[in-house]
Amino acid sequence: MTEKKAEMEEKIWRKAGLTDSEYELLTKHMGREPNTVELALYAQMWSEHCGYTHTRPLFKHFLTTGPRIVQGPGENAGIVDIDDDEVITFKLESHNHPSAIAPFQGAATGVGGIIRDILAMGAYPIASLNSLHFGHPGEEGHTRWLISEVIHGIGEYGNCVGVPTVGGEVRFSNAYKGNPLVNAMCVGFMKKSEIKKAIATGVGNSLMIVGNLTGRDGMGGASFASKDLEEENDEDRGAIQVGDPFMEKLLIEACLEVFEEDYVVGVQDMGAAGILSSSVETASKAGNGVEIDVALVPKREEAMRPEEVMISESQERMLLIVKKGMEDKVNKIFHKWDLHAVVIGHVTDDGMYRVLEDGKTVGEVPVWSLMDAPTYILDAVEPPHLKETMAFKNEQVAQPSNLNEVLVRLLGAPDICSKEWVYRQYDHRVQMNTVVKPGSDAAILRIKGRDKGIGITMDSNGRYCYLNPKRGAQSIVAESARNQVVSGAEPIAITDGLNFGNPEKPEVYYQLEQSIIGISEACRALDTPVIGGNASLYNQTPEFGSIYPTPIIGMTGLVKSLDHVMTMEFKNADDFVILIGETKEELGASEYLDVIHNLVSGDVPELDLTLERKAQDYVLDIIRKGLVRSAHDLGDGGMAVALAESCIAGELGANVSLDLDMRADALLFGESQTRFMLSADESSTDKIIELAAAQGLEAAVIGKVTKEQNIIIHNMDEKLIDISVGDCQTAFATGFDKLMKTDS
Amino acid sequence: MNWGVLLFPGSNCAEDCFHAVDKILGKPVKYLWHKDTDLGDVDAIIIPGGFSYGDHLRPGAIAHLSPAMTAVKEFAAKGGLVIGICNGFQILTESRMLPGSLLQNRGLKFLCQDQTLQVDNADTPFTSEYASGDVVVFPIAHNEGNYYAAPDTIAEMEANGQILFRYCNPEGEVSDGTNPNGSLNGIAGIINRTGNVVGMMPHPERSADSVLGLSDGKGVFVSMLKHLEAKHG
Repeated sequence: MTEKKAEMEEKIWRKAGLTDSEYELLTKHMGREPNTVELALYAQMWSEHCGYTHTRPLFKHFLTTGPRIVQGPGENAGIVDIDDDEVITFKLESHNHPSAIAPFQGAATGVGGIIRDILAMGAYPIASLNSLHFGHPGEEGHTRWLISEVIHGIGEYGNCVGVPTVGGEVRFSNAYKGNPLVNAMCVGFMKKSEIKKAIATGVGNSLMIVGNLTGRDGMGGASFASKDLEEENDEDRGAIQVGDPFMEKLLIEACLEVFEEDYVVGVQDMGAAGILSSSVETASKAGNGVEIDVALVPKREEAMRPEEVMISESQERMLLIVKKGMEDKVNKIFHKWDLHAVVIGHVTDDGMYRVLEDGKTVGEVPVWSLMDAPTYILDAVEPPHLKETMAFKNEQVAQPSNLNEVLVRLLGAPDICSKEWVYRQYDHRVQMNTVVKPGSDAAILRIKGRDKGIGITMDSNGRYCYLNPKRGAQSIVAESARNQVVSGAEPIAITDGLNFGNPEKPEVYYQLEQSIIGISEACRALDTPVIGGNASLYNQTPEFGSIYPTPIIGMTGLVKSLDHVMTMEFKNADDFVILIGETKEELGASEYLDVIHNLVSGDVPELDLTLERKAQDYVLDIIRKGLVRSAHDLGDGGMAVALAESCIAGELGANVSLDLDMRADALLFGESQTRFMLSADESSTDKIIELAAAQGLEAAVIGKVTKEQNIIIHNMDEKLIDISVGDCQTAFATGFDKLMKTDS
Repeated sequence: MNWGVLLFPGSNCAEDCFHAVDKILGKPVKYLWHKDTDLGDVDAIIIPGGFSYGDHLRPGAIAHLSPAMTAVKEFAAKGGLVIGICNGFQILTESRMLPGSLLQNRGLKFLCQDQTLQVDNADTPFTSEYASGDVVVFPIAHNEGNYYAAPDTIAEMEANGQILFRYCNPEGEVSDGTNPNGSLNGIAGIINRTGNVVGMMPHPERSADSVLGLSDGKGVFVSMLKHLEAKHG
């Protein structure tokens, strides 16, 4: 045993994951030393995962209110108004560490957990999305296994539970080699009158546990997620939960049936830190105390210690705060679905969190103290790599002679290629709301019985944030909103998933702080408040170091009429191709530099948020006016890739000419922000140009859609690209298969 | 003209089928509960897709033992129309109301895509709105859709016109390359000998609401409705 380990064992609170000063603070709160049960309560509730110890002080930057915001951060999920007394609720959550160790179960339970957050709001879950980040598989089997298992886990859970998986992203960089990211998002729908809260009001009301039995699975998952992933952490395998989507499906049906009656005053999902955190949060909100007898909790294992019962993360469980006297009625509904609903405690008026075993008190601490996790504002130091990468000049890379080949390589690159290999394993049509399927800029769902819909996106760009944390984060929010707008949706709000390395390292804290400021600024400019989110820190391994700073933005938008639904594919030969926005000579941070020159460097392209807002409002306006036949955001791979994607999806060609005095690779593949590619018929094109001019926006007719399936791009009379759509399509369609080296 | 959608624990396409009858056909429809022994006054029964009992043991293996399935068998024996879609098809083969069984897809993966199908027999209460040889698009979404039956059973079904739909390409050609899951003879949907019980892996309900970009599936429900109307006058 090393000396360090010996020391760890000596201090019992350190083993539980608490620092010396945290231990001192909690003994002060309690007025005495804690027993093992009480120590376990604090260790879980004061972890980053539950207590947001490092991120909470930064959240003050966020705009969290707005005319459509019904519920901001602080509940299981935020809620936005979509007119007609209808609302949607959405949130995302990370399941990175579990997925690194047990990818199938880790990903599956990530999907299950976020669905329960949505259910806890009283809503019917109507869509799932996920954002996945892996290392490049190369020749190495482990990463391929991770990818395959994560996707299988998401599919297996989502398909069985009957919630369509309608979108998301899969991105690759070796920054994620030892620590993949699995973030799942869920969206729910309900009437405004059906909203539920996570609150334990009414002294004497009962706490009922519903759903699965409680076992030792997921022991200490919250604190597991709040430390570095280490090779020798095999004992953490016990911290992986096991999912049962069938149980979740029954839980959804039974809970929604119970919610129809006036039996329940509060609901909370049992996620991280299980019974403990769900009950503490509900009690704290009401300013009440609670009393829970662990002997009453239905278990699947014997001889569980009280603290094990309290912090178990067994899946598919919910906590209901039920009105006194209504317990039998609740149980009757659960019984119909072959489930149990068991009283495990009740709401008290003394503000204490009391754990009993067979009626005997085994732990007792003030509720407020569990919720009062200490927060840390740490030192932030600019990461040293930025000096070098910011100094990048375009001249450092030579322009390849064969640009056709560059285009083909980019279309087949892991980040850009078609993800059909992934989403055909997900049921994306169940519930019959999916108007625009995966593979487009945004997923669009209709709202049944109305002429309206919602747009849903999930976007990130770790490379951007690595090279410029603040502007990178701004760009992701801007891109999310562009994806909404080109799909005909008005951006409403976001949820953010903050995936970072160890914040105790000053350069990581810098990335975290700058990214949050960036998100915040962009959300203010684009009027998309932050209504909730999730933080996953300590994403690093001894072998591969820290992940890229990876904030993931989940956004929803409102499609005011289904007539506005817009897609990227060119629709008709002879339509005009229109480029909105200015193309600058920017190669920095691009997919092109990474894929073709194997270089992650340069600054993120410039972004003017005021201009971005103006351009987005304009594009949404002309789509709503019915002037546009296709619309696509210019993102990874720049103009040439966007043009090729519109051609591939529409099975049409395009012939465009530009007149820009700059390097051909920057023109074709640079990622200048605030740009859109549209197509329209002749008379609409005139109006589109006219309206852009009135707004002071750059808009140019650059060519035409052609029946001949070739993509031809000229600049200043020089032919840069001349390639068949078929060649592009093949590269785009087979990229992922090649990555996975499968023959299916 | 009452329709019933049979609900098992884990059925997740029940609401979609309900929607198709209620909103697209505009006909009365109710849920039937798996524990019921008396299904009440219904003229057609839809056994929807999903993962009844979580697909534990085998898809459909537990659901077919439920009390309601005894009642469904009695209903079918009297000539009532029964259609099982996806997991509903699996339940019908498990209950032996239809021949054969559904094995795991040959690609060993769940498969969700919009699939072109050829209508093989348009002369049934479920397909009269189509013409034989029509090419239609219905979504598929399954892990066990690989239809198998003994060679003599297949030969008999082929001879009797019991194949309703086959997987094909957009030109209507049926070949191994157009077969997404390895089903024998590209079989996507079948009917029993007496012509009142259908099982199919593709989802006609998901292709019934034109706002979702697909509308070919409506024909299955309209065919059934016309048959029932003719029967009841």
